Amino acid sequence: MGIPLTLLEAAVAQGGNLLVLALVLPVVPLLLAFPLGGRLAGRIALGTLLLGIGVAVAIAAAVLHGGTALDYHLGGWAPPLGVALKADGLSATMLLVTAVILGAVGLYARPEFRVPPEARETRAPLAFWTLLLGVWAGLNAVFLGQDLFSLYVALELVTFSAVPLVCLSGRPETLAAALRYLLFALLGSVLYVLGVALLYGAYGTLDIALLSAKLASGDPAAPVVLGAATLMTVGLLAKTALFPLHLWLPPAHAGAPPAASAVLSALVVKASFFLILRLWLDVLPASLTQQAAPLLAALGVAAILFGGAQALRQARLKMLIAYSTVAQIGYLFLVFPLTLGSAAAPAGPEAAGALTGGMLQLIAHAFAKASMFMGAGVIAAALGHDQIRNLGGIARALPITVLAFTVASLSLVGLEPSGGYAAKTLLTAAADASGQWWWALALNAGGLLTATYLLWVLFNALSGLSRPPTLLKPPRRHQELLVLGLAVGALVLGLVPLASFDLILIGRPSVTEVANGVGLQ
Amino acid sequence: MTFTTLFGLCGAGLVGLGLYGLICHPSVLRKILAFNVLGGGVFLLLGVIARRGGGVVLGADPGSDPVPQAIIITALVVAFAATVLAVALLLRLAGATGQATLDAEPSWRPSSPEKDL
Repeated sequence: MGIPLTLLEAAVAQGGNLLVLALVLPVVPLLLAFPLGGRLAGRIALGTLLLGIGVAVAIAAAVLHGGTALDYHLGGWAPPLGVALKADGLSATMLLVTAVILGAVGLYARPEFRVPPEARETRAPLAFWTLLLGVWAGLNAVFLGQDLFSLYVALELVTFSAVPLVCLSGRPETLAAALRYLLFALLGSVLYVLGVALLYGAYGTLDIALLSAKLASGDPAAPVVLGAATLMTVGLLAKTALFPLHLWLPPAHAGAPPAASAVLSALVVKASFFLILRLWLDVLPASLTQQAAPLLAALGVAAILFGGAQALRQARLKMLIAYSTVAQIGYLFLVFPLTLGSAAAPAGPEAAGALTGGMLQLIAHAFAKASMFMGAGVIAAALGHDQIRNLGGIARALPITVLAFTVASLSLVGLEPSGGYAAKTLLTAAADASGQWWWALALNAGGLLTATYLLWVLFNALSGLSRPPTLLKPPRRHQELLVLGLAVGALVLGLVPLASFDLILIGRPSVTEVANGVGLQ
Repeated sequence: MTFTTLFGLCGAGLVGLGLYGLICHPSVLRKILAFNVLGGGVFLLLGVIARRGGGVVLGADPGSDPVPQAIIITALVVAFAATVLAVALLLRLAGATGQATLDAEPSWRPSSPEKDL
């Protein structure tokens, strides 16, 4: 134990520098890729992604071992003059999930985005690897930033890298999907900046900690706070694709190459959700959040029902998976009422489980959805189409991929013993304990819908086993194993003891403290 | 009416005009232009906030708050990059399909789903 412990101590001591490393690491290969070209870019990107997993593990270990958030002040200037970076449990968890998923996506995409030996340079590989690194750089900045305007810049970096990923194939319908995505995202970001400007004008600071202290001591329902909160939230919702601002998501996520779809669905929409979480839990006063929470959760329920119903109607596998993302995003918004309770009945100690449950839902969905999109890519490459009705017999032709799809389905539906099950159990327990049974009802209705459309896919995949289809080309074994690995990852999340998710809550005031603080004001 | 009020109202007007154009105009080029008008409104508002003094640098001369000015410069660069990206996508779309709107029903024939990998 001597050496690991020394390493841990070193990680805690170097905590701040680790945060800088997490920001710099994706940018270096991104800049190197342009002079070196697409052939080397893939190799450098993969190498850096593996290093990045190491850095993310070190940050998570330092936060867990130290028991507090890691801080860093850029240039040694403390806010309000400088800009702070901070990794609390939420950030450390997101950094780790991002690094692992991107690592798997990079390995999956390696053969598809390789410059052929006879060509000197091709467009798609260079574009894909630089954009993937751009998404990673932006995501890390979103998770670590503590300054509302820096967070805007980070979110734009994510968006500008994600939009071209949609139309890498250059087909007209993907161009239209990318353009629609960009227009929604631009409207979202300009509304967010307007909100940030109003907050700065009223309170003179953009640092999350300073701003939340000023907001807590002022009038929580001041018009400027309400206006800014509404503008920022609507802007971020457009980027998160919460119903009814989801219109851009299905064509964009379904049209992108499989590896890109996996990144977009698993990680990119979660970046703006993460900022909504920061905004309502860490910046705005809890009493205001308690009033807005039912509205956010109601939109979430609408997304669960609408996304599920639309998924049932889809003929193509990738479109079905994309609508499933619309529905699964809805679950995340149930966190708000369940974490803080209502003004009449502030949350008790069991509500801490709601935030853990919400984050677990986010992580399990990231793993399962990345697995599904990449699995759909394997199926489409092998069959030449992804029409659900014509999937008959693929369970015999592509057994590993269909097994992975089944395992990922367990988690999305929320069946034991998956990560999705653990998440739903925690959320349902919080709903019961705080007397908000109707949110638990929505959770279960969503599970039923999810089960219906995923079983429809499996029913087709498992029918006609006596006549397996002829494959255009055999699947790549390592891609199939990566798809299975991610699906098993979503499953294993439900098997590890819940105490291992204590990391998520490190560096946060306990929920009862927040709720009681509301009562005292 | 002071100058800050006047410019604040102008900013609000630009935001309203831009929002209307971005949501209601079918032509994508007009949407992109409307996004720039909307951004201009936000920048004007930030300029007003800078002029009034945000209150970070206590005792400083009003009109010298540098933070909103730095925000404007950064956001200008971001908005410029966004516009370039949007126009580039629009040019590719118009080149491929000959149309510059995002209707629900495309007038061009989408490539067959079989090729949709």
